[in-house]
Amino acid sequence: MYAATGVILGVLILAFFRVQVIQSEGWVLRASSNRVRILPIPAPRGTIYDRNGVIIADNVPGYSVTILPGPIDSVRATLNRMSEHMELSEEHRERIIARLRRFGREVIIDSDADFAVVSAIEERRADFPGVYIDMRPRRRYHLGAAAGHLTGYVGEVTAEELATPTFPDSLYEAGMIVGKIGIERQYESTLQGRQGVRWVEFDARGRIVGDFAGVERVAPVEGEDLHLNLDFGLQQWIHQIFPDSMSGAVVALDPEDGGVLAMYSAPGYDPNLFTGGIDVDTWAGLNGDEAKPLFDRAVLGLYAPASTWKLASAGIALDAGVVTPDEVMPDPCEGTWFWGNRFWGCWDRSGHGFNTLAEAIGNSCDVYFYQLGLRLGLDQLLDRSTEIGFSTQCGVDLPQESRGIFPRGPEYWQEVFGYRPTEGEALNLAIGQGPNSQTPLKMAQFYVALAGDGSAPAPSIARDAPVVEGWELNLAPNHIASLQEGLRMVTAPGGTAHFGTALQYWDVIGKTGTGQNPLSVRGLAEDHAWFAGMAGLPGGAPEIVVVAIVEYGESGGQVAAPIVAKAADYYLRSKRGMPIDTIQTYREHIMTGPVPPWYRERFPQAFEARAQAQGGGD
Amino acid sequence: MAAMLDRWTLDRPLVLGILALSTFGIAMIYSAGQVHVPNAVTAEAWIRQSRWLVIALVAFSTISRISVRWIEWAALPAYIVSVVLLALTLVIGEGRGTAAGVKSWISIGGFGFQPAEIAKIATILWLAQLLSTRDTGLTSVRDLIMPGAVVGLPLGLVMLQPDLGTGMAFVGILFAMLYWAATPVWLLVLVASPVVGLFLASDTVIWSTYILIVIGCMILFLGSRLFLFESVALVLANFASATLARPLWDSLATYQRNRILVFLDPEVDPRGAGYQVIQSKVALGSGEFWGQGFTHGAQKRLDFLPEQHTDFIFSVVGEELGFVGTTLTILGFAYVLTRLVRLAGRAESPFAGLVLLGIFGAWLVHVFVNVGMTVGVVPITGIPLPFVSYGGTFLLMSWVAVAIAVRVAHERT
Repeated sequence: MYAATGVILGVLILAFFRVQVIQSEGWVLRASSNRVRILPIPAPRGTIYDRNGVIIADNVPGYSVTILPGPIDSVRATLNRMSEHMELSEEHRERIIARLRRFGREVIIDSDADFAVVSAIEERRADFPGVYIDMRPRRRYHLGAAAGHLTGYVGEVTAEELATPTFPDSLYEAGMIVGKIGIERQYESTLQGRQGVRWVEFDARGRIVGDFAGVERVAPVEGEDLHLNLDFGLQQWIHQIFPDSMSGAVVALDPEDGGVLAMYSAPGYDPNLFTGGIDVDTWAGLNGDEAKPLFDRAVLGLYAPASTWKLASAGIALDAGVVTPDEVMPDPCEGTWFWGNRFWGCWDRSGHGFNTLAEAIGNSCDVYFYQLGLRLGLDQLLDRSTEIGFSTQCGVDLPQESRGIFPRGPEYWQEVFGYRPTEGEALNLAIGQGPNSQTPLKMAQFYVALAGDGSAPAPSIARDAPVVEGWELNLAPNHIASLQEGLRMVTAPGGTAHFGTALQYWDVIGKTGTGQNPLSVRGLAEDHAWFAGMAGLPGGAPEIVVVAIVEYGESGGQVAAPIVAKAADYYLRSKRGMPIDTIQTYREHIMTGPVPPWYRERFPQAFEARAQAQGGGD
Repeated sequence: MAAMLDRWTLDRPLVLGILALSTFGIAMIYSAGQVHVPNAVTAEAWIRQSRWLVIALVAFSTISRISVRWIEWAALPAYIVSVVLLALTLVIGEGRGTAAGVKSWISIGGFGFQPAEIAKIATILWLAQLLSTRDTGLTSVRDLIMPGAVVGLPLGLVMLQPDLGTGMAFVGILFAMLYWAATPVWLLVLVASPVVGLFLASDTVIWSTYILIVIGCMILFLGSRLFLFESVALVLANFASATLARPLWDSLATYQRNRILVFLDPEVDPRGAGYQVIQSKVALGSGEFWGQGFTHGAQKRLDFLPEQHTDFIFSVVGEELGFVGTTLTILGFAYVLTRLVRLAGRAESPFAGLVLLGIFGAWLVHVFVNVGMTVGVVPITGIPLPFVSYGGTFLLMSWVAVAIAVRVAHERT
């Protein structure tokens, strides 16, 4: 009996010796993996600043609710209980369960939980095993809907994104918040930072006990800040002055370096809606809206450039040396022009007579440009336009940009229309018609060349954007002067855009355009209204180039031009620290009061002309 | 109390040893209640256990005064009553606590108890009386039929509940007492052979080899001592058990089958049936040599240990007191168990010796099965550790057994 007792209990002691002494290391390890889990600490994204150091996007503290994987039944029961305290649809619950199964790691239930939800969950912690509350930086966009397309927004990285090289496994994992579109996506790797890691102790029911004392937490590394060329105030101002309920885009560039001062697309959306996950109804609303608020018209919208493109013809012709600024075309404009067995009409049937280049621009004389197109010849026109990049992208630092539509060569007609082009195609292209669609950004880049010395650097939103090659027109200073003179005639007294662009302190010059669109050619809607211009001190070099298009806006001079003038006025005033006035253009002044004294000084010729006209009547 | 013990000159080392184990048990139950998220039931279990210990000590001092004659007289009625109660349990019994699926409890007016606990003591007493009145030794299989039936009846009823662990305690009682009644060891081995065969029947080759060895032994060494009838009966019993192995396996409840499968390899189902063994071994292993300190067990605090104040109390011992603690506790039980054997050796009446050995057999099985399952040596069965596991009626009945043990040991003829 003693022996039996000894053997039986001896076996037990040996078994304990094996587990507690010989194998103990393995069990100790298992004990920690039992109760210690590695949880990420989200890194705050870098702050986005405008050119003056004003914050465009930053982070505020937020709360996220996360659930750990566990037995499916108990997870489902927990989620059901949670749905009593927060909005958690049946569908959402199933999605969470599916993700837990798929990834086998924690899943964020709500990355931006209300404080009420957080406190309700904290109070009943025992009811929610495996659920924990985390502080998580929440993205905030100070420009809101004024720059939704430009800033873009952030969201939880998807499984599809994780499979792409943009999100390498070494830096990204499920549950992380990443840039989805816009600048947030373009500079994702700069803004992201590195998430930290903490070791957290859990009990058997998945309740957090606290940080595990055994291992030091790895602090997250904040993302790098990003400085943009954008002007916060200007962007907001453009949002404010853009006609309500109209669609379109405005692009403002710094002619000095091609920096994007403002880039606006209407209608917009508030990127703050996407922070913490956009709710289904809001998303459906944005996505289904016929005005396409999610569509960035400034870089994706393609529009027939119409008369604004005449400056391109002119620039290319001067560059090629087929015209000089002072000469006139052999045939005067008589409203129409006969060439190649048919009549080619000018928009103004009363005709413009003999025009110099500047006059032809000022009058937007089609007959002049038909002849210019012929001189240039189709091949030369296509080659040079292709070099300038009218059939490519600008290379702006955004994840998406449309390439312009413009024939790269004569084979285009063969491929698209099935016939060989005649020289007549050059006539159409020269006045901005034919197969030619450009983004507002592209037109702005072109006008940058006219504002300076003929060179057009690629537009860049970030200050330190990677350098993308621009292009250059070979123009002598007198060529530039002549083109600008043409633009000045448009906004001078008597020009179509004068009243809406006359400003107290600045000279605004530019070109209107009336872009036909599928609805307007059938008489179902108005044409798109273009104005491409530049502004600066009277007699000085232009300091800002602005292009505006208002869809179905009808009149470039009356609808698009004032936007350009008001944007330029805001920018030039704020650049010099001058107070901003909401009443800026001459037209706004005379609609609200008497003729302002500055107008008489700035445009005396307007009164001389009137006096002459009156005198002549006497 | 001390005066009383002096007067009766009861065996002080045994009583003090068991009192020490009971006190240690309360301390461990207290520790088991110290968890990260406290729960009123387990946190106060040690207080209830302390109350039960007081009741148990009162019962001890009362029963230890009863004359052995009375005990002998009460043996048969107690046996009959307990068998009736066991049968009744199958009808009106209910599951409780850790063994909610096993109908082993009877409650009378809100007070619940397990008839099997009474049946163990009653069976020991009745079998002791039967065996002590025999003139001749037990030398043949035929001689073992009666004792086998006395134990087999309650054993069968307990297995029907089904409570495998307690059933094993009855087997321990039977074999220990038969041994003490001078049954030859080879006979006990032969009787046990069909049971061993039952487990080996899972593999035909192993079982065939085994049955050939059994038959060979019978012919070669034991032939002269066995009747032909018995030999044939034993061989047939072996074949029967092997044939029954499969249907018996199929008749087991799923959780019982899982326990056996998981015993062979806990990792087959680490989140299900294997969970308890794995968590228990994690706790034991992370206790290492010196333990994490009383009340400081991390796995225990975080609720990873299953049934940590009842069946798996020994895992808490291992995690908090380390290998030193587990060894000392096992040595404590070794002391108590060997003390019983020593008392049996000194006992002047055969009845006293048999009762002491019966208690020894029951407790040895309890200790081995309970402690063994925490370390993975034995499949998991819901069986408590005497004096240490939380459980009022079990503590009370164990102390009743102590009272009877010291009382019969003290009796001089």
